[in-house]
Amino acid sequence: MFGDYSIGDLGSIFVMQGFAGLILFSVYVLMALGLAIIFGQMGVINMAHGEFMILGAYVTWMTSNLFQAYLPSLFSGYFFLAMILAFLASGALGMLVEWGLIRHLYKRPLDTLLATWGLSLMLQQAYRSVFGAREVGVELPQWMLGSLRVTDSIEVPINGVFVMCLTVLITIAVAYVLYMSRWGRQVRAVVQNRIMAGAVGINTEKVDRYTFGLGCGIAGVAGSAFTMIGSTGPTSGQLYIVDTFLVVVFGGAASLLGTIASAFSISQTQSTLEFFMSGSMAKVLTLLAVVGILMLRPQGLFALKVRK
Amino acid sequence: MSDEANKGLLSPLRRKLLMGMAAVPAITMLPGGSFAQAPATSAVNTTGLAVTDTEVTVGILHSATGTMAISETGSIQAEKLAIEQINAAGGVLGRKIKFIQEDGASDWPTFAEKAKKLLVNDKVAAIMGCWTSASRKAVLPVVEQYNGMLYYPTFYEGLEQSKNVIYTGQEATQQILAGLNWIAKEKGAKSFFFIGSDYIWPRTSNKIARKHVENVLKGKVVGEEYYALGSTQFNSVINKIKLTKPDVIFTDVVGGSNVAFYKQLKAAGIDLSKQALLTISVTEDEIDGIGGENIAGAYACMKYFQSLDNANNKAFVSAFKKMWGEKTVIGDVTQAAYLGPWLWKLTVEKAGSFDVDKIATASTGVEFKGAPEGYVRIHENHHLWSKTRVGRAKLDGQFELIYETADLVEPDPFPKGYQ
Repeated sequence: MFGDYSIGDLGSIFVMQGFAGLILFSVYVLMALGLAIIFGQMGVINMAHGEFMILGAYVTWMTSNLFQAYLPSLFSGYFFLAMILAFLASGALGMLVEWGLIRHLYKRPLDTLLATWGLSLMLQQAYRSVFGAREVGVELPQWMLGSLRVTDSIEVPINGVFVMCLTVLITIAVAYVLYMSRWGRQVRAVVQNRIMAGAVGINTEKVDRYTFGLGCGIAGVAGSAFTMIGSTGPTSGQLYIVDTFLVVVFGGAASLLGTIASAFSISQTQSTLEFFMSGSMAKVLTLLAVVGILMLRPQGLFALKVRK
Repeated sequence: MSDEANKGLLSPLRRKLLMGMAAVPAITMLPGGSFAQAPATSAVNTTGLAVTDTEVTVGILHSATGTMAISETGSIQAEKLAIEQINAAGGVLGRKIKFIQEDGASDWPTFAEKAKKLLVNDKVAAIMGCWTSASRKAVLPVVEQYNGMLYYPTFYEGLEQSKNVIYTGQEATQQILAGLNWIAKEKGAKSFFFIGSDYIWPRTSNKIARKHVENVLKGKVVGEEYYALGSTQFNSVINKIKLTKPDVIFTDVVGGSNVAFYKQLKAAGIDLSKQALLTISVTEDEIDGIGGENIAGAYACMKYFQSLDNANNKAFVSAFKKMWGEKTVIGDVTQAAYLGPWLWKLTVEKAGSFDVDKIATASTGVEFKGAPEGYVRIHENHHLWSKTRVGRAKLDGQFELIYETADLVEPDPFPKGYQ
């Protein structure tokens, strides 16, 4: 397929293709981070993760409408405020859900699967009733559209760069919170031994609530960022949930580094394969590879070494 | 073309039907005849349908919940509007239409079950319903077994024909061929890149499009790609488009993927005012989610656009907005759904009966002059003769009509040489 093209053409395509892989990588990390915290640290299988993302997307949409109506002069900067609001809204809903539903199910991990699946259906219908069944279009400020022209033939989409920067920032923040802060140590202590952590004076209920809230809040930010590249509708969350679980499970549930490594390998495999064969076929081969590796390494790429 | 229709009308069976109609008291033929003068129920309903002296019941069967609610909401709205208008104009054979709405919930077995419920328990005289091909395929054996009548609104892949179904949308050749001819002639297009979602409709449509490009237009298909339903990442295929530099990108991507595709296309610096793109899957409904700024400049091949400039359409658009809100948009399928109740009414009046068998035979040749898309007529294969139109997407989410076929295009659900 490359016979007819010049070396220069091919070179720039490969650069852009590499970049496409990096964007996919950032998207995967961003959508998996929240789930990695909830599933990895708390062992809760949150099937409603996609709906928390879409809540963030709807908050972004509402913020954009408000700015257009009342503060058109500040429209170019609304996205940053929207992301903060999305974090707060999804985080608050997450804490509410933890309080009302999840905390009663910690001893029954498989039941959380069913309960959060039900929650996901309820949220979808709630979005449909409140925002309507049709998808909404989120208008972006002008500077976020289009692409950066690096050379004559290499163009890099601005929203891709934006998602990448955001992913790096959030990953660093999460890593700091989990591994450097006092609260992070408490979270990890609760994960490793709940009873002991309680015995030394950690308020495990509070830790659980904030961890769940943080995971959902990050999902909200991800949803907000994805209004740039995807659709916003009541069921859009379903588009992300499978890939998200794939990344988290493949990476090894309890490891942040594992999530990142897994997102990197899956995204690079998929985007390279997509270039050389058709989209559906690339997906099939990626999934086959993941299944094969998980058969050999059921604990995922990186597993936390703990004494059992 | 008109010979074809006349042949249908003059067949012996139909002549007999016309004679039968002449026997119906002339007074019922007057529009808006009062209810007291309606023909006796025993005469117009011999198979035990839900028809009384004052009412006739039909079913509406779409997804009001689930993934497909995005698309099917418009169809439900259009059908309710049509029923209300028909009732305001005196109903059907002097009877008001009452509807029972069932929710298919985006789940194909549910569609089949609800169709059975409508036909067996409610004894509806007709069903306006289904949207995806999968739901139609699930409902088809049910309407055939219980002898119901289904009015199906969506443009679809063809390869189907049933006594019990009237297809008010376009089949694939009606939708695609004229559009390809136009873009080949207008833009001198020789190379095409196909991108679709991975299921039966895009695959069948692209197969037809490929044959047409290669055999008729003597062009070349430089790429044909399918992405799983719900895919949100298109950067790789966009790079392939940049590499192959096709004259035309031809797309039938659907659902949420559509939004992702156009946003990423724009972000990758592909300017649709320079790069020709022809889609058969984006209507005004989809642009609501995609955003006009992301798709402005693209060409869509449909039979109806909300912006069509004719008296029927103006009345339709204003009635629709009055009923469902100023902000609602009307896409191709919504208009086709609006045709369903009207075509059924006209057919019942032509047959002088609600009996499904009589309606199935009387359908051929039924004309609807008040259609928003302009005049339509039912072909003997139960699809519609209709025009093919090309529109160009504008920033405000509406299409500007660029081209329309001079004549109605004949529906051809089993196209020879395209399979």
